This record gives sequence, C-alpha cells and structure tokens, in this order.
Amino acid sequence: MGMDRRRFLKIAGLGTMMGFGGKAAFELLAPGAVEASLKDLPLTHAKKWGMVVDMRKMTHEILVACQEACHLPHNIPDWGDPRVEIKWNWSDTYEHTFPGMENAYMDEHFLEKDFFVLCNHCDNPPCCRVCPTKATWKREDGVVMMDLHRCIGCRFCMAACPFGARSFNWGDPRKAPPDLNPGFPTNPDYPTRSKGVVEKCNFCAERIAVGEYPYCVEAANQLKEGTLIFGDLDDPNSDVREALRSHYTIRRKAELGTGPNIYYIVS
Amino acid sequence: MLDKAIKGSKAYWGWIIFLLACIGVGFGFYMLQWFQGLIVTGMGRDVSWGFYIGQLTYFVGVAAGGVMVVLPYYLHDYKAFGRITILGEFLAVGAIVICLLFVFVDLGNLPRFINLMIHPNPTSILFWDAIVLNVYMFLNIIIGWNVLSAERKGVPYQKWVKVLSYISIPWAFSIHTVTAFLYQGIPGRHYWLTAIMAARFLSSAFASGPALLILLCLIVRKVTRFDPGKEQIRTLGGIVAYAFILNVFFMILELFTSFYSQIPGHMHTFAVLFTGDGNLVPLMWTATVFAFIALILLIVPAARRKEGVLLVACVSVIIATWIDKGFGLVVGGLMINPFEKVIQYWPTFPEIMISVGVWATGFFIITVLYKVASAVKEEAGA
Repeated sequence: MGMDRRRFLKIAGLGTMMGFGGKAAFELLAPGAVEASLKDLPLTHAKKWGMVVDMRKMTHEILVACQEACHLPHNIPDWGDPRVEIKWNWSDTYEHTFPGMENAYMDEHFLEKDFFVLCNHCDNPPCCRVCPTKATWKREDGVVMMDLHRCIGCRFCMAACPFGARSFNWGDPRKAPPDLNPGFPTNPDYPTRSKGVVEKCNFCAERIAVGEYPYCVEAANQLKEGTLIFGDLDDPNSDVREALRSHYTIRRKAELGTGPNIYYIVS
Repeated sequence: MLDKAIKGSKAYWGWIIFLLACIGVGFGFYMLQWFQGLIVTGMGRDVSWGFYIGQLTYFVGVAAGGVMVVLPYYLHDYKAFGRITILGEFLAVGAIVICLLFVFVDLGNLPRFINLMIHPNPTSILFWDAIVLNVYMFLNIIIGWNVLSAERKGVPYQKWVKVLSYISIPWAFSIHTVTAFLYQGIPGRHYWLTAIMAARFLSSAFASGPALLILLCLIVRKVTRFDPGKEQIRTLGGIVAYAFILNVFFMILELFTSFYSQIPGHMHTFAVLFTGDGNLVPLMWTATVFAFIALILLIVPAARRKEGVLLVACVSVIIATWIDKGFGLVVGGLMINPFEKVIQYWPTFPEIMISVGVWATGFFIITVLYKVASAVKEEAGA
C-alpha cells in the first residue's frame, strides 16, 4: 500500500469527519484490508489450540513464573485483595481444581501440589452462549476471545463459567494501589482496560498470531522443558496430540460438557 | 389524567417528597459508583452478582404477580376483580421499572447497554429477558392507561385493549420463566441447576405479588375514598395462600432431591446457607420462620379471611420470599465458587443506598399511577 502513516492518518481523519468512520475508512483507502487483518492476524493455521500441563514437572517456582510472565505484559493490575483480584492464570490445589475427584487415601504430595489453572478455551463455552452482546466468542482457531470494547459488564459470563476463569475490572486498573503496581502499565504495547469490563486469558492471541508461544508456555519451558505443551489439538502430529497419546490425562469438570481444552498429566 | 397526580393532601406530598429525597440520595451514591466502579459494592470475582441482581429477580416476580388479578377477570370472567385490575397493572409497571433500574446499576459500563440492541446475541437469556420485560412494561402501561381513560369517560374500553390484555397474561408467565432461565441453564452452579427453578419462581411470584397488592389495596382504602373491596381482598388472600403453599412445596422437593440423593454438590449450598458460619445463615432462618408463620395464617380459611390476620400473613410472605429470592438465591448460587470454596458476601452501604434509590423510583411511579387511578375511581363512583 503506497501510503505512509502520516498521509493515511490525514485521509482517515478527513474521512471520519465526513462520516466514514472505522471500517468504512479502511474500505475506501485499503479495500479488503480489514477483513484480511481480522482473519489473518489471530487465526494462524490452527483449528483448535490446546494445552497439556505436565504436573510431574510443575513446581511452585514455575507457577509463579507463569503468572508473572503473563500478568506483566498484559497489564494486569494487582489490587492486593482476593475479592476483586484479576488473574489470567494462577494455581490451586487438587481438591479445588478437580472437585469431587479427591479421595481420603491419596498420596499427600498430590494433595499439596498446586495445579496450573487458566481459561479452558472450551469447545462449547457457556460464557459465549450467555453473553448478550457477543463480546466474547469462540474463534475458528479455538481461542475464546474477548472484545473489551463491546463488553457491557453484565458479568453473566462470570456466572456461567464453571472454572472461575473470568475476572471483572471492579475498579479502574490505572487506579490500582501504586505501591503494588510499580511502573503500571507495564507493557505500553498492550492496552489497559477500562473499569467495568470482564477479561480473561486470551491464549496470547497477539503472540500466537506471529508464531510465538504464549507467555506462560515460554516461561514454564524455560525453567523446565515440556512442563506446558501448547499446540493444535486438531493436528494428529502436534506435540499436544503426542502427549495425549502417550499419557493418561484428565480435564477439569469434563462432565459438564463444555469441552475444556486444557489437559493435565497427573502421574 | 396525569393532572390528578398533582392534587393531593399534605400526607401525599410528604410521601412524594420523601421518595424524591430517597431517589436523590440513591443517585448521589450511584455517582460514586459511576466514578469509582462497582468496587464500591460488596461483590467480587466469586460472588459477581449480589443484591442488585437479587432485587431484579424479586421484582420481576412482583411484576408477574400482577397477572393474578388480570387472569381471573379476563379468563374466568370473575367480575369483582374488574375493580382492581388497574392496581395490578400499575403495580407491574412500577415493579418493571425497578427491575430495569437494577439491571442498569449493576452494569459495569452503562452507556454500552446500546450494544444489546446493535449486537444482540439470540442465545443469551439476558437478551430475551430485556425484551420480555420491556414488552410487559409497555403492555401494562397501554392497557392500564386506556382502561382507566375509558372508565373516566364512562365508556367501555376498545376491543384492541382487550386483545392486549389477553396477550399480557401468558406474557406475565414468560417474564418470570425467562428470568429463571438466566439461572437454571447455567452449568456448574449447583444451587441453580434445577428444572423446577421457573416453577418455583412463578409460585413465589404469585404469592409475593398479590401479597404486596393486598397491602397496597389496604393503603388505598385508608388514604383515598376508593375502596378496592372486601371480596377482592379476600379472593387475593386465597390466591396468596395457594401460591405460597406451592412455593413451599417446591422448596421441599428441592430439599428431598438434594438430601435423599446425597450428592454433595446438591447439598452443599443448603448446608452453607442454613448451617454454615456465614452472615446469610440468620437471614435464611428468618425467611424460614416467616414462611411458617405465613403458612399457618394462610392455610386456615377463617384466619386469612380476617383482614388483620391477612395483613400479617402478607407481610410474612413478603419477608420470606424477599429473602429467599432477593438475596439467598443469587448469593447462594455464587457463594460456593467453581473451586468449591465458600465466599462471604454482604452488600455495602453505597450498594444499599443505590438500591433505596431504585426502590424509591419504582414506588414513586406506583404512587403517582395509583393516585391517578384512585382519583378516577373516586369520580366514577361519586
């Protein structure tokens, strides 16, 4: 497209003044560019992104690294209060992660272990079904995505998610306690949210779009290779499929029929 | 006709000013929430719906309950209720306004409410709830206003008004069914995932709506020269009795299924609500005690036919259903989070004051509409 940024903005600005906002302006100046970017940017070639968590390799240190690797670049504030906290990935014990699957005679180290949890990017996500404005939806490549500019903050998705994967901005993230959030926003290249919208793990859509692994996967595997295995569940030759073939795995609350795509190798 | 609302006694104006003051205070606290966010409430990532959505649910019931005067009149030709259908319809209007305002104050980003219209999602029950509530409100405004205008002119109301009245009857059932579907179709919330949720909602609506209507009838009789009628109040009392017995019966069905099956998830919420160490326990027992008082007073016909006793029974029904549906249902469903941890919730002072503002707005509308209705009835009767 033979047009520099300055010239583009100028024409786009004029166009907006004349009533060609957003997409219309793009259509005029670069026909097909919006469709192309919306389709190409996130989707990659995968059909169903998924993850296998190898709990044999998981440690407390890795869990901390995973959260930090995600929360800092995604500008997730620390409110210092579990009631209103925002988290895209975190950890919890076996009996809380897999309620009803514990028994009295389990090995103690198992019950003490912390399990890595995040959005399951379900096949049949109830959060998307209940959203009144399609502000959250299932992408063709399997990512359950959020449009933070469309969300009205009704929190129906939070009630509907059986995994507690969704967080709400109860306050303005930019007004979170400064002493807990030095240098916030930590990543100028990623948007901060306004108060009153729901957010959650996006499987690092912005990274997988450019062929990189999600932050948590990268951080975990730097500490111990193979802790988090990420890939296309639709591709029989992928690492995730190989891991699922060669190990017995479990999923959280699979009986609810949401089709969670995070698998756990437990022993 | 609205001019009737600006001619009133000192007491009337005192009440109006009191309501306006409550609205003002509520609005002030809403501004606080507007600027600081929903962080000023007691809600959080686990109990992500609280007092607001509970009150929404309760007042959808009150609105639907208005149909209990419309249905006998139009479908069973029970003439006596012709005198008070207007009170049922205007109560429904005020109740729906309360519902819609509780949705608004609960939203994280109110201006984006417009997205519900420009990007509607037909698989979302909230989308359908917004539709049925709005249609029901307009049905009741149009029907009530036209019937009253006709009465004032001393002419029979037009045929199309009657058609709308027939439509409004199943519509009343729909608003509370759809509201129950908000909860009962969600996987992974044990307390809500029950097929009789809509039936429970309707039974409690048909008890609490007419119970409130009886109180309003008694007030109307006291402060105006229009008497809603002894027979009317007595029949309403019978409706409250049947509906409330059904409501308690449905609750017993829930308890049986949970505790005979012994499935932990089904028992857990009841255990936490009634025997846990949370702040909801005294509230739920209060509801239970008032439910028993109401049952005893309502079941004995000789008792409920005394207006004084009926008054106590109705207040008991309102307290019991208000706690059960306006508080326990929503909070109970969420307070056991997806990790099976028990999270406590209690509304904050700003949350309560915003709710006071919302209630006051609804009761302001009910007061004005009732004032108009009773003034027209007084004239027609004179």
